[in-house]
Amino acid sequence: MPSLHALANPARFLKIARPLTSVLFWLGVALIAAGSVAGLTLTPPDYLQGDTVRILYIHVPAAWLGMGGWSGIAISSIALLVWRHPLASVAARAVAPVGAAFAAICLITGSIWGRPTWGTWWQWDGRLTSMLLLFFVYCGYMALARADADRGGDGRIPAIFGIAGTVLLPIIRYSVVWWNTLHQGQSIGLTRSSIDAAILWPLPIMLVGFTLFFAAVVLMRMRALLARAKAEARMRRMARA
Amino acid sequence: MTAKNQRLTLVLLALGAVVAAALLALSALRDQAAFFYAPSDVKRDGLPLGRAVRLGGMVEAGSVRRAADGVTVRFVVTDGKATTPVVFAGIVPDLFRERSGVVAEGSFRADGGFVASNLLAKHDEKYMPPELARTADGTMHETSTLDR
Repeated sequence: MPSLHALANPARFLKIARPLTSVLFWLGVALIAAGSVAGLTLTPPDYLQGDTVRILYIHVPAAWLGMGGWSGIAISSIALLVWRHPLASVAARAVAPVGAAFAAICLITGSIWGRPTWGTWWQWDGRLTSMLLLFFVYCGYMALARADADRGGDGRIPAIFGIAGTVLLPIIRYSVVWWNTLHQGQSIGLTRSSIDAAILWPLPIMLVGFTLFFAAVVLMRMRALLARAKAEARMRRMARA
Repeated sequence: MTAKNQRLTLVLLALGAVVAAALLALSALRDQAAFFYAPSDVKRDGLPLGRAVRLGGMVEAGSVRRAADGVTVRFVVTDGKATTPVVFAGIVPDLFRERSGVVAEGSFRADGGFVASNLLAKHDEKYMPPELARTADGTMHETSTLDR
């Protein structure tokens, strides 16, 4: 494993990232396909919800990556502020729209799921509202990071925003524990799950598949951002000459 | 202390402050951010009369009565410590059933009853195949969304 410092060199990073992107991408797509087939055909319906329960194979990974994406932004922000890691701001900017997309998928699938089970598309309960806030915070972060990059900033201001936004992660996680909400409590813990094994088993496949896909898209975006920075630097040099 | 360590300390302090802020927000909003009143909240704090509120809990076993007009439903909401009778006229959600979670939107009457204008089903965090649910029938809904 190359250390983080070795990856500080963008050329060395690209040498590893280029082949890694397609490996992660195709592995992720294969696992998502396998998990979808399993989730749609091999698992039994829920005793109360019937086939509606299958939305969980999309909804849960999307929620996990919507929150995981922000953890990535927070870690990148710390790496930028403390170690001045040159790839940190690129990584954070690459993650933001992908994390926002997954947060949106989580909200949309949750809404579709809520209609038949709860009898409503949307309610302002603690879990739903805090997840919507995370989506808005992603949007704000993207606007701020873009403005900072356009003005030739070093990414420190968005990094502070990235750390401050972390406030939402424990709120989302514990919203169903601390407040009474329409959203049900936590189903999956580290050691046990209240989802029966017959329904649960495709979920880890989907979780890993979504995560690999997420990582592949982030790597693609990081490479694109690095290429753009390189092209802009070259244009500036040519303009000066 | 090197500059890097200084920055690390600062960032960790900031993270600690952020987490503390989250916990403070969670506990400060505890009552205001509640999605619904439970019957025992009402018993303890008095009736929130004259405004639209939500009442949440489990539908008590054997309490659902359908009126002769075909649309009015009467049932009792319980959270294990107190109960509230509810009356609702309209179409109940598919997942509305006895011993299952429900959130009613409406308002309290002065006599402690609740008039619902809308019903939402609240399901618990358990998912299982129908065969399994049948064998476990009757006991599995008891420990649900409200005991914490």
